[in-house]
Amino acid sequence: MSDANTAAMAAATLTQPAKRRRIKAATLFDHAVLILGALFMIVPLVMVFQMTTVPDVEIIKTGPSFVIGDQLDENFRKAMFEASGFSGENSGTNMLVNSFILGIGFAVGKIVIGMMAAYAIVYFRLRFATLAFWMIFTTLLLPLEVRILPSYEVVQRLGMLNTYQGLIIPLIASATATFFFRQYFRSVPEELVEAARIDGAGPVKFFVDILVPLSKTMIAAMFIIMFVYGWNQYLWPTMITTEEDMFTLVRGIKQITQVMEGNRIPEYGRANLLAIIAIIPPVFVVIFFQSWFVKGLTESDK
Amino acid sequence: MAQVHLNGLNKVYPNGFEALKPSSFHIEDGEFVVLVGPSGCGKSTLLRMVAGLEEITAGELKIDDRLVNDTDPADRDIAMVFQNYALYPHMSVRKNIAYGLQNRKVGKAEIAQKVAEAAAMLNLGDYLDRKPSQLSGGQRQRVAMGRAIVRDPALFLFDEPLSNLDAKLRNQMRIEIKALQRRLGVTSIYVTHDQVEAMTMADRIIVMNAGRIEQIGTPEDVYHRPASTFVASFMGAPPMNLLPAMANKGVVEFAGTEVHRHEAVEGPLVFGVRPEDIIPDALGEMLLHVDIVEELGAHRLLHGKIGAEQVTMHVGKDTEIASGPLPVSLKPDAVSLFDRATGARL
Repeated sequence: MSDANTAAMAAATLTQPAKRRRIKAATLFDHAVLILGALFMIVPLVMVFQMTTVPDVEIIKTGPSFVIGDQLDENFRKAMFEASGFSGENSGTNMLVNSFILGIGFAVGKIVIGMMAAYAIVYFRLRFATLAFWMIFTTLLLPLEVRILPSYEVVQRLGMLNTYQGLIIPLIASATATFFFRQYFRSVPEELVEAARIDGAGPVKFFVDILVPLSKTMIAAMFIIMFVYGWNQYLWPTMITTEEDMFTLVRGIKQITQVMEGNRIPEYGRANLLAIIAIIPPVFVVIFFQSWFVKGLTESDK
Repeated sequence: MAQVHLNGLNKVYPNGFEALKPSSFHIEDGEFVVLVGPSGCGKSTLLRMVAGLEEITAGELKIDDRLVNDTDPADRDIAMVFQNYALYPHMSVRKNIAYGLQNRKVGKAEIAQKVAEAAAMLNLGDYLDRKPSQLSGGQRQRVAMGRAIVRDPALFLFDEPLSNLDAKLRNQMRIEIKALQRRLGVTSIYVTHDQVEAMTMADRIIVMNAGRIEQIGTPEDVYHRPASTFVASFMGAPPMNLLPAMANKGVVEFAGTEVHRHEAVEGPLVFGVRPEDIIPDALGEMLLHVDIVEELGAHRLLHGKIGAEQVTMHVGKDTEIASGPLPVSLKPDAVSLFDRATGARL
């Protein structure tokens, strides 16, 4: 079929050169728009990258330029392995690990809690299930920023300041994930549940054997959103972590540019390189899971 | 293999709707019983109550003398085939068939052997590693059957299993299911709205209407001696002709002609006659004014009027039909009489 199509299209373009030229103009315009958009997004990143390759003094003297310097290695060494701050424990590697723990813990926690909440709401005859759902839903109106003081106090009293639990647990209750999983579960045919009951699968077995594998595309989609969201958390880690070995990348970069002892020049190169490193994991997560995500959307097998 | 007893089984939904009026019947060991009726007649509800997917409001349900009213579906020793197959989309055919056995902690070797047997029986051997989405409708239906037979249950339940297939495949699967049931000898309850399926597959048919059992009987019984005008008009395509008649001292008259004698009847009633029980007869006293001839190849249907009443008649393909009114008569003893008010058979 596709062969016949391309043949037909080729014939059409051959016999209608005028039309072909017009299409080309439109294509050119489209590409121009796309290229401009892409440049708009990428140029700041390229500038940041350029500044990681020249000595910090250059940046103060000339600002951004087109010169590619020889400081990339040195900056990378400093960024990843040299400690900064007072305690000397927040090297780039350390912060990267912390960021991964936060991002993955945040995403996995939200997915697990959201799925289980949605499972309870959709599949069990609970009194006030709908009310419970809408109460969960209204928490969307109360983001972290609104409840940050009470949340902080709870975490502090539980002694979870400067711990991974303190970073992750208060954030993993998720109305968004619950909502998406609820909508998804409601689209799973009722007969599947009944077949599983007759096949002797209890509630836990049904969840683990059937519902979770069926939801894997939804889980991938949630993971993209939630990982990036968790990775980019700034306010909460700033509040909860005061010890430098608990700093995440996003929180730690700022500190480096702030360190000005005497009349030293801020370590622009190092901070900029850390900023670029901080972008890479979310980009990879999106690229990796997106192929899954799209596959799931187009290849419906329910 | 099991007997099934229903004793006053009743289903009332929380909103007060009575989906199934108290119903009682008994299914013999190895019998193939078809529940048939229009949509919303309660046949699926009844089946789902037997399966344990709907709660029983009142009455008793026994499988092999064991009261199972409150037994979990998994513990009733049943297997069910669903209309939409309800295969687990993420599992291969093999896993779909094996899943119920796995949950029952059957040994791996035994599972493999049973799956292989079931697959061989259903010609699924080449498809065991495929996903349901890679199968055709008929193959999916077979997998659903495989999932049922591999468990070796006491009772098969079928919920309109063929209604998603095209007509040709449906005929084929109908025969396969019936043959399989014969071979395995498992008691079966089969729900359908298709009266052809009911007639061809059933040992006994249960006709339902509006949450009530209208008639229980062999296909022959139900077809030739319908218990009510509802059954008469539901079973058979085209349905039985139901015509108003008058009885006078035991003589039933329609359109001025005596059609039947029956001692105990008097006054207005409905008389029913199957289209094939009206025969062309040069000496016939009734005249059929034919409006439309439906050519069906092996036979023809004549739609027309006798007097003021619409009548359908069935003739063989070789019967010559002259133009103009056709004199017809009725086959003797092929007439059913019904009460005009209640529709019940007299």
